[in-house]
Amino acid sequence: MIDQVFREHWGRVLASLVGYLGDFELAEEAAQEAFAIAAERWPRDGMPTNPPAWLVVTGRNRALDHIRRERTLAAKVSLLTNPEAVEDDVDDVDEPQSPSIPDERLELLFCCCHPALATEAQVALTLRALGGLTTEEIARAFLVAPEAMKRRLSRARNKIKLAGIPFSVPPDRLLPERLAAVLAVVYLIFNEGYGGREQLADEAISLGCVLAQLLPDEAEVQGLVALMALHDGRRRARFAGGELVLLADQDRSLWDPRRIAEGRARLDRALALHGRGQYVLQAAIAALQIEDHPDWPQIAALYRELALRTGSPVVELNRAVAIAEAGHPAGALAIVDALSLDQYPYLHSTRAELLRRLERPDEAATAYRRALELTPGEPERRFLARRLADL
Amino acid sequence: MKYALLIYEADNAMEALSDAERQAAHAEYTALGAEPSCVGGAQLQSVTTATTVQVRDGRALTTDGPFADTKEVFGGYYVFDVDDLDRAIELAARVPAARSGGSVEIRPLVER
Repeated sequence: MIDQVFREHWGRVLASLVGYLGDFELAEEAAQEAFAIAAERWPRDGMPTNPPAWLVVTGRNRALDHIRRERTLAAKVSLLTNPEAVEDDVDDVDEPQSPSIPDERLELLFCCCHPALATEAQVALTLRALGGLTTEEIARAFLVAPEAMKRRLSRARNKIKLAGIPFSVPPDRLLPERLAAVLAVVYLIFNEGYGGREQLADEAISLGCVLAQLLPDEAEVQGLVALMALHDGRRRARFAGGELVLLADQDRSLWDPRRIAEGRARLDRALALHGRGQYVLQAAIAALQIEDHPDWPQIAALYRELALRTGSPVVELNRAVAIAEAGHPAGALAIVDALSLDQYPYLHSTRAELLRRLERPDEAATAYRRALELTPGEPERRFLARRLADL
Repeated sequence: MKYALLIYEADNAMEALSDAERQAAHAEYTALGAEPSCVGGAQLQSVTTATTVQVRDGRALTTDGPFADTKEVFGGYYVFDVDDLDRAIELAARVPAARSGGSVEIRPLVER
């Protein structure tokens, strides 16, 4: 029960404490203490009526005690006083005059994803501060030694404090750019999780939902949540017995209809807001792709719009795939051959597939071998080897 | 908070400008210096006037020029007293050197 409360309230409580104390490190310590006290008291005394407010007030009191104690200590350092534990006065938190705690998670997110921090630091901080993941969990998820992750986090917290990175929602003139940075971090977390580390995918989706709740009229936020939900809804069908399964061959009974419906609803909301940004377009494509009879010309047109917006050759590659699916493998091959993505394994596996359809097996085999050279993941490698053997 | 904006100019960037462009850039530097939040700053003479000193084994070694050859040269600095990093970034983005191949490094000052 405590775990669930922790997951549910950590972000809000920490955000409120950072806002109040103006110091990330102090706020994290205070939040941790507040949750520890809750873990001890709540099972004994029962849950307070307003758990997050209780936690915030407890955390504030703890932090203020620390600050006071440090000042006292500094003043009496020669006396070596050993201050006695200060009893918290939090039992009246549930009284009617208890403060209402504003939701400052948005401020916290913009602070964690500030462009003055390196991307890895943005990601780690966001998972720690909003997701409540422990340093060890984050280190494990990113295959980094716990000590290294601890240093990364503490350097980032330190920079926020010393460089004066604001704890605020950016003004309108900065909002589009800063929101794009936040969305990029959330999507990056999702993609890390999509490769099998499910906790990260779930974390990204719940971060996206928090953002959507706090910024309900931003089409790109809705678009990103839609995109993640539509992909995530097919998570269990992507692998069968450790083997990669292509979308067309997936067992649809393994899809999560609730997730997919949520994705579609978010997409509708994004389109109603006249969203035409990169996440909305990607979500629209993902929604079309899982129709029983996908409208490939429409998908190709959306990829074209996305390519114009992002200038990404990977998007062009996807457009080529859609054009092939629409019945034009030769046209698709011409697009693929014009791309300079030689180090990208999917370029070669896509070329191979197109050459196979065009009945040019020798060239297809060469392309499959090149894709195999560049692909590190075992399930993907086995998939390519099977395709090569089937030629 | 106080921030130093350390201005690095691309080598020869100023020479590449026409007279009119140079005057416009100069006016922009002056305008930044006249901001109410600007509490200090200086423009340095050209790097060709630099002398580098290193003390080794108690002896001062003096050499002509900057310590290392780099494509960017330190040309001057401002100190601004503003609310937060976002304000400092906005001011830094107005420094002419930042858009002509150079860069501006923002460093918070140690507050005592």
